Amino acid sequence: MNKYDAIVVGAGHNGLTNGAYLAKAGLKVAVLERNPHIGGATVSRELYKGWYYSNCSYVSSLLRPEITRDLELPRHGLQVVPFGGGATFMQNGDHFGSYSDYGRKYREISRHSKRDANAYERYRADTSRQTRLIRPFLLKTPPDPTSLRLRDLKDLVDFAKPFLNMGEEGLLDTIKFWTTSVGDYLNEYFETDVIKAQHAGSGIIGTALGVYSPGTAYVLLHHYMGDVDGNVGAWGFARGGMGAIANALSKSLQSFGGDIICDADVERIIVKGGRAKGVALKNGDEYHADIVVSNLDPKRTLLDITDERDLPKDVVQKAKNFKIRGSSGKLNIALDGLPTFDGLDPKNPLMSGDLHFSDSLERMERAYDDWKAGTWSKDPYLDMMIPSLTDPTMAPPGKHMMSVFVQYAPPKVEGRDWTDEDKDGFEKSVVDQISKYSPNFRDLILHCETRTPREIEAEVGLTEGNIFQGELTFDQLLFNRPFPGYAQYRMPIKGMYMCSSGTHPGGGVMAAPGANAAREILYDLKRPNTVPGSYADD
Amino acid sequence: MSAAERKTMLLTTPFHSRVEQYCELNDWGLWQGYTTPNSYFDMELEYFAIRSTAGVLDLSPMNKYRILGPDAEAFLNRLVTRDVTKIGVDRVGYAVWCNDGGELMDDGTIFHLAEDDYRLCSYMRADDWLEWNASGFDVTINNESDDIAALAVQGPVSCTILTLIGCEGLNELKPFGIARFDFEGVEMMVSRTGFTGDLGYEVWIDPSKANALWDQLFDKGRDYLIKPIGSHALHVARIEAGFLQANVDFVPAEIAVRPGRTRTPLEMGLDWQVDFNKSLFNGRAALVKQREEGLRYRFVLLDVEGNKPAEHSFIYKNGKQIGIVTSAAWCPTAKSNLAFAQVEMPHGAVGDEFVAEIYYQRELQWTRLMAPCKVIDGPLFNPPRKRQTPAPAH
Repeated sequence: MNKYDAIVVGAGHNGLTNGAYLAKAGLKVAVLERNPHIGGATVSRELYKGWYYSNCSYVSSLLRPEITRDLELPRHGLQVVPFGGGATFMQNGDHFGSYSDYGRKYREISRHSKRDANAYERYRADTSRQTRLIRPFLLKTPPDPTSLRLRDLKDLVDFAKPFLNMGEEGLLDTIKFWTTSVGDYLNEYFETDVIKAQHAGSGIIGTALGVYSPGTAYVLLHHYMGDVDGNVGAWGFARGGMGAIANALSKSLQSFGGDIICDADVERIIVKGGRAKGVALKNGDEYHADIVVSNLDPKRTLLDITDERDLPKDVVQKAKNFKIRGSSGKLNIALDGLPTFDGLDPKNPLMSGDLHFSDSLERMERAYDDWKAGTWSKDPYLDMMIPSLTDPTMAPPGKHMMSVFVQYAPPKVEGRDWTDEDKDGFEKSVVDQISKYSPNFRDLILHCETRTPREIEAEVGLTEGNIFQGELTFDQLLFNRPFPGYAQYRMPIKGMYMCSSGTHPGGGVMAAPGANAAREILYDLKRPNTVPGSYADD
Repeated sequence: MSAAERKTMLLTTPFHSRVEQYCELNDWGLWQGYTTPNSYFDMELEYFAIRSTAGVLDLSPMNKYRILGPDAEAFLNRLVTRDVTKIGVDRVGYAVWCNDGGELMDDGTIFHLAEDDYRLCSYMRADDWLEWNASGFDVTINNESDDIAALAVQGPVSCTILTLIGCEGLNELKPFGIARFDFEGVEMMVSRTGFTGDLGYEVWIDPSKANALWDQLFDKGRDYLIKPIGSHALHVARIEAGFLQANVDFVPAEIAVRPGRTRTPLEMGLDWQVDFNKSLFNGRAALVKQREEGLRYRFVLLDVEGNKPAEHSFIYKNGKQIGIVTSAAWCPTAKSNLAFAQVEMPHGAVGDEFVAEIYYQRELQWTRLMAPCKVIDGPLFNPPRKRQTPAPAH
C-alpha cells in the first residue's frame, strides 16, 4: 500500500532531515526521489573510476551540529574533517595566504600591508558580532512580524532582544551590514587589493550579484556563520564526499522506520477539498498522505508540482517573482598528480584550503559584468579545492580530485539556452585561468565533468542552477523567505509544507530548513517536538 | 641550537631530530622527563589525521620493562588483576595492578614476546614495585625504556602505510596481535595496539633505526596524508575512545597522599579486568571484601547536553553533589560531549540522569551552565575498522 502519514518530495539533505524528524516522531514517512540516487546537491559520484566527486556542494560548515548529534550522523558514517586556510594567487606571481593559525595569518597579511594586518583584528571582531547575532536563529522558525499570535509575538521579542542589546551604534552598524555590498564593507577595513579579494569571495558565491551589489555583505556572513566543532567560520570536507551527509541522514531516517523511494518522479501534489492528499508520479503511481512536504525550490514546488488552480493567486505571483537566478557552474576534475602553483610549496597547508585567482575587487566586478551581458566570465572567480589532500578516499594514492566552483555563469547565454559549444567555452575559460598559475595542471587532467546552470538544473532540479534555491538577499531572508506570509514552512494548501533551502535559513547544506519544517508540522499535528533546540551560543 | 645540543635537563627521544624538524609550532611539552611536542602544526588537524588518515606519535618515553625467566608468567599473574595465562605468545593484553589494599596503582599493556619473555608498558615508573614483587620468583626485570624507540601509527590508512614500508600481510594481524618484520636488517616489531580507539599500530625498533623508520613512514605515507601528532591531539582521541589515563582519571596508589583519594579497579569500571578465579594476586583479598560489602564509587561515561566540555565539573543529582568529572572533551568525530566521572554509589547505572556544573569563560566573563547529562554504556566513537580483520585499506 502506498499510504503514508507524510510524504517528502526530494531526497536532498533537507528532505531527508525533514523525513527523519517526522519518522522519529512516529509518523510513517516516505521520501520520494526523482533520481536513481539520493542526495540532491549533496552527493558523491564516481564518474571516473577511482575518483569520487562531490559534484555539487563541496564543503561543509553550516550543517547544524545539533542535528548531526541528534540524528546520530557520526554513528551512521558521517565524518566532517576541517581543512586549514586558503590562498589567492596574484597576477604578479605572488600570493596571499589565509592561514588558519592566527599568528601566521597576521604575519602573512603584514607581508602585504602592516595596516591591513591590524585592521583584520577589527574586521574579525565586527563580523563575529554579526555572526553571533544570526546563529541562534538558524534552528528557529522566523517569527511573522505582522502576526498577533502569542507564539509569534514571543519569538519576535526574542528576535529583537539581541539587536536592542547592541546599542544605537551597534544597531546602525548592523542595519548597514545587512544592506551594504561586500566590496564597500571590505573597503572600510583594508587597503590591499588581494586581501579584499580573498575575503570578498564569500560575499558572491552562489549569488547573481557583484562585489559592489548591495546585500552581498550578508552573503559573506552566511559563509562565516557555520562552524566545525565550535570553530565558527571553519569549513571542512565530509569524508567520502558530500554524499556522506545524505547517506548518514538516510540511515538515520531508516533507523526510525522511514522509507526512501528512488526513481519516483513526482508530477503533481494531489489536492482534494483544499487539502493535500498525496502525490501522483509521472509513471502514474500514487502515494497517499495527509502531509505533503516539498523539498523542491519554491518555484518548482508551487509552479510545477502544484496545480495553479489549487493556489491563491498572490502565492502564484510571489512564486513567479521569487529571485532564483543562476550564477555559477562547476568543474570536477580527476588529476593524475598534484598540480603545482608558482610560488607555493606543494607541502604548504594552504594547498588543502580554498584557492582563488581573482586578486582584486575590480576583476571580480568585471567577471560579474560578463554575467550581466549574458555570458560566462572570461576571467572567472574560482573557488577551487583539492579535497584529496585532506581525504584519502577521494582519489587513488598520489592522484587528486579537484573541485572548481566557478562564478559567473548565466542561466541563459545571451538570452538563449546553453549549447555544448558554450559549455566547452565555459570550461576553457576555467582551465585557461588555472593553467596560467599552474604549469603542470593541464597535463594532469584525466577527466573533467563540467556543469553549467543547464546541467545543474537538469540533473539536480535546482531552478536556473541556483545553489541556494533562491538568492540570499534581505528581501528573501528570515520572514521574507521564500516570501512574506509563508516563511513558517506552511503552504496555503492545508497539509502542504516546504522544507527546502528556499525557506529560512537558506542554502549551504545546513539541514536547518528540513528540521524547522518538521517542528512546524509536528506542532500542527499536536505531536511532541522531536527537533533539537540550538546550543546556547557564547 | 637544538635542545640536545644545549644539554638541557630534559631528555630527547631517538626520533628527536625528526620531531624537531616537523614541530612547526615549537609547542613543546614534558613527558616523563622527555621533550615531546604538544602539537606540531595544528592540534585539530593532527587529531583529524588520527581519524581520517594516519597520525604518528612518538611514544618512546613510555616506561618499558622486560620480564624474563621461567617464572615470568607466574610473576605477572601475581602482579596484575587479570589472568595473564590467557595472553598467548605474540599477543598483547591490557592490564591493571593494585597494591595489597586493592587500590589501583596503574594500568598498562603486557606484550607476550616469547615463552618466558614479556614486556610490560606502564604509565608510572615501576622499577621499585616490580623488584619488590619479584622476590621469590625466578625472573629478571630490565628497564628497557631507553633501549627501544617506539612510534604509534594510528588511523584508517595506518595499515596501508605500514604495509608499504615492508610490513607485508599486516592487514591479517588481529587486534592485540604482534608481528615482526625486517627493517633495514633489524627486527621491527609491530603490535595492533594504541590509545586512540581507532585502527592503529605501535611500532617498536632499535633506536639506531629510529630516523630511518620515521623517514620511510613519512616518505611512503605522503600520498596517504600521514601527519605527526602531538600529545594534545592524542588527549582528545583517547577521551573520545573512552580510555582511562592514570594520574588523570584516578590517582595512582603509590603517589596518593590524602586519605580516600585512591580507587579500586571495581570502582573504576574495571571489574572486567579482575579475575577472582585466580587464587592470588595483589589486592585480591581487599577486592573480594569490597565486592561483598559494596563499592563507594562508580566510574561512568556521561553524554553531556550542549557543546561546552564539562571539564572539572561537579555532578549533581537532585541538587546534591554526588560526583566529579575527571576528563571531558567535545569529541569531534563522535560529535558528542563526553565526560568521565566518578560518582558516589548507588548512582551511576546506565541511563541515570545528572546535572553537570560547567563553567566557561568568554571575554573575561565566566558563565555557569547546569547541563543535563546521562550515563551511557560505552563511548559513542566505536568504528568497525577498529576490530576488522583483515584491516581495511582506509
